[in-house]
Amino acid sequence: MVNQSKKVLNKDITKLVNQTYQYGFSTNIEKDIIEKGLNEKTIQLISRKKKETSFLLQFRLKAYKKWKQMSEPKWAHLKFPEINYQEIIYYSAPKLKKKLKDLSEVDPELLKTFEKLGISLSEQKRLANVAIDAVFDSVSIATTFQDELSKSGVIFASISEAINEYPDLIEKYLGSVVPIGDNYFSALNSAVFTDGSFCYIPQDTICPLDLSTYFRINDQKSGQFERTLIIAEKNSQVNYLEGCTAPQYDTNQLHAAVVELVALENASIKYSTVQNWYSGNKWGKGGVYNFVTKRGLCAGSNSKISWTQVETGSSITWKYPSCLLVGDNSQGEFYSVALTNNYQQADTGTKMIHMGKNTRSRIISKGISAGNSKNSYRGLVNITNKALSARNYSQCDSLLIGNLSNANTFPFISVQNSTSKIEHEASTSKIGEEQIFYFLQRGIELEKAIELMISGFCKEIFTELPLEFAAEADKLLTLKLEGSVG
Amino acid sequence: MISKYSLLEIKDLQVSINDNEILKKLNLTIEKGEIHAIMGPNGSGKSTFSKVIAGHPSYSVLNGEILFKGSSILNLEPEERSHLGIFLAFQYPIEIPGVSNEDFLRLAYNSKQRFYNKPEVDPIEFLGIINEKLKLVNMSPRFLSRNVNEGFSGGEKKRNEILQMLLLNPDLSILDETDSGLDIDALKIISKGINNFMDSNKAILLITHYQRLLDYINPTYVHVMQDGQIIKTGSAKLAKELEEKGYEWLQI
Repeated sequence: MVNQSKKVLNKDITKLVNQTYQYGFSTNIEKDIIEKGLNEKTIQLISRKKKETSFLLQFRLKAYKKWKQMSEPKWAHLKFPEINYQEIIYYSAPKLKKKLKDLSEVDPELLKTFEKLGISLSEQKRLANVAIDAVFDSVSIATTFQDELSKSGVIFASISEAINEYPDLIEKYLGSVVPIGDNYFSALNSAVFTDGSFCYIPQDTICPLDLSTYFRINDQKSGQFERTLIIAEKNSQVNYLEGCTAPQYDTNQLHAAVVELVALENASIKYSTVQNWYSGNKWGKGGVYNFVTKRGLCAGSNSKISWTQVETGSSITWKYPSCLLVGDNSQGEFYSVALTNNYQQADTGTKMIHMGKNTRSRIISKGISAGNSKNSYRGLVNITNKALSARNYSQCDSLLIGNLSNANTFPFISVQNSTSKIEHEASTSKIGEEQIFYFLQRGIELEKAIELMISGFCKEIFTELPLEFAAEADKLLTLKLEGSVG
Repeated sequence: MISKYSLLEIKDLQVSINDNEILKKLNLTIEKGEIHAIMGPNGSGKSTFSKVIAGHPSYSVLNGEILFKGSSILNLEPEERSHLGIFLAFQYPIEIPGVSNEDFLRLAYNSKQRFYNKPEVDPIEFLGIINEKLKLVNMSPRFLSRNVNEGFSGGEKKRNEILQMLLLNPDLSILDETDSGLDIDALKIISKGINNFMDSNKAILLITHYQRLLDYINPTYVHVMQDGQIIKTGSAKLAKELEEKGYEWLQI
């Protein structure tokens, strides 16, 4: 007896078993660690280690006080065991003998790690026209092209460096978009953040290179709390890319980042992320808890902030890149692909808060759920009474693969004036056996069929990504879905 | 040279889905150059039969054998059967959102090229190939940029199936109710396409409810299927008789 159905399925299951997370290795390196656990002393120690100003220490302590009074948000469509915040290491840095002047002084083990990840810190990247800041556990390792950028007045540095060298900018903008008490995780981040990136684009400047940060959690028990602050002055423009990976561990690692963007008059910031933290094994063990607050402030008129994200990793994703559209005629955009497989859970979306006149926002969200995963879109479009003639267009599409995955959409809309216009479209579809069979019957193999359907589904998002990111994202999605269709 | 093997030979085929036996000891042999028509009432197993030959994963072959060009294909994947020259024009061609017809057709064409170690064609070369075929089924090139079957009318979907058949040039084409839902003009176009395509090295298996299609395509044999078996085989005349007397006429 030949059971054709079993045959196809078996082939896929075998592939599923063999599927690997290619960034799952860890690096053995001497580290400078602050004992696990969180209290005022930990924070003082972090601040001292980083030789920070008293402004920053006060900022941290205030955040810590707020955090202690808050509790973890429970409204998201996510289930996970309680996080023990005292079991986390809040500071873990590769031991550096002295301040580095040159890439050749970086520990070769570290360079090898980034090399393995496909992140070349050496000047080869010149060809790709991307300047990189690489963050390893808690500390920024190297920022490339600083000299080149400074010629045009662009500051691209690790946030630690910026805290010491540009205290005025830091004091003015840090916490101005995401206040320290904004939410539980942003408060935690504000108290303990260790590094991240800082960019400042001066007036009338188009940043000559794409800026990029690469985040890597290496330590098993350390959390990563990075902080990114980007300021685009009047008539300036910048493209920013962010990539993330982590080793494969059985335990969960916490990642709670805060990203703040400020766009002044006529300025434009485009922020793209390809998130590929380790997502746990196929039974849901291990993986990164990703609780991120990303928010952009369109402060000036005609300013524009655009978020593009491809979320493929993490065991839990809690993330709502948002735009505060304060300036008249300002624009916010959110383009997202969120893919979940196995036991991954994602609750992600955006908030578009319209305050200025003629403000416009556009939301295109594509959720793909496979395996036993849960994938939710959660969005808020809030048009205040002063935001006359504001417009929003939202489109939320879900794609289900298999019979055990779950897709949800929670759109909240609030309109407080009668001159605004809102459109919301949503669809749910499924890659079914019959579609696959159609491809196969025409001689097109399974992998190719899935790839074609997924990239067709995500087309609108991928066109928003910088070219090399788009190709990577396409590959990543196909890889992640390998074997999930039977 | 005359091959000693039949193109398709089906012996005592027993097939089930979800423990329901659909095909019961079905036998059929098709030689090159022949057109076979299978007729029969709803639920007699005609569509199941076509999908089983193409290797649909939902069906279990309990017993029997399917030989294509002399070798068993029961252990072959659907895509391998396709490469060997088996084509199924679906009764309900499925819509594939986000995938353009052009990409889909080129990928199918190149998959076959690759299988036979022939060079793959680039998009521009492909356009030349597909444009020739489009003319044969009276389709406008604008179909290429539309998503596969998405928003196509019933007739357009069926024409798209025939277009794919012409492109992939299979040895055995199984046309599952390709005539249903077509108006008379479309039926004429499709029939003409099929007749021009047919030659002495190929075979066609038509699955149909109605005799109408057989006014345009002349079958070598007509089979009547009922309850998972072929209960009568005859010439084209049999179809005419069925049309007049209904399937009841054959009930014993």
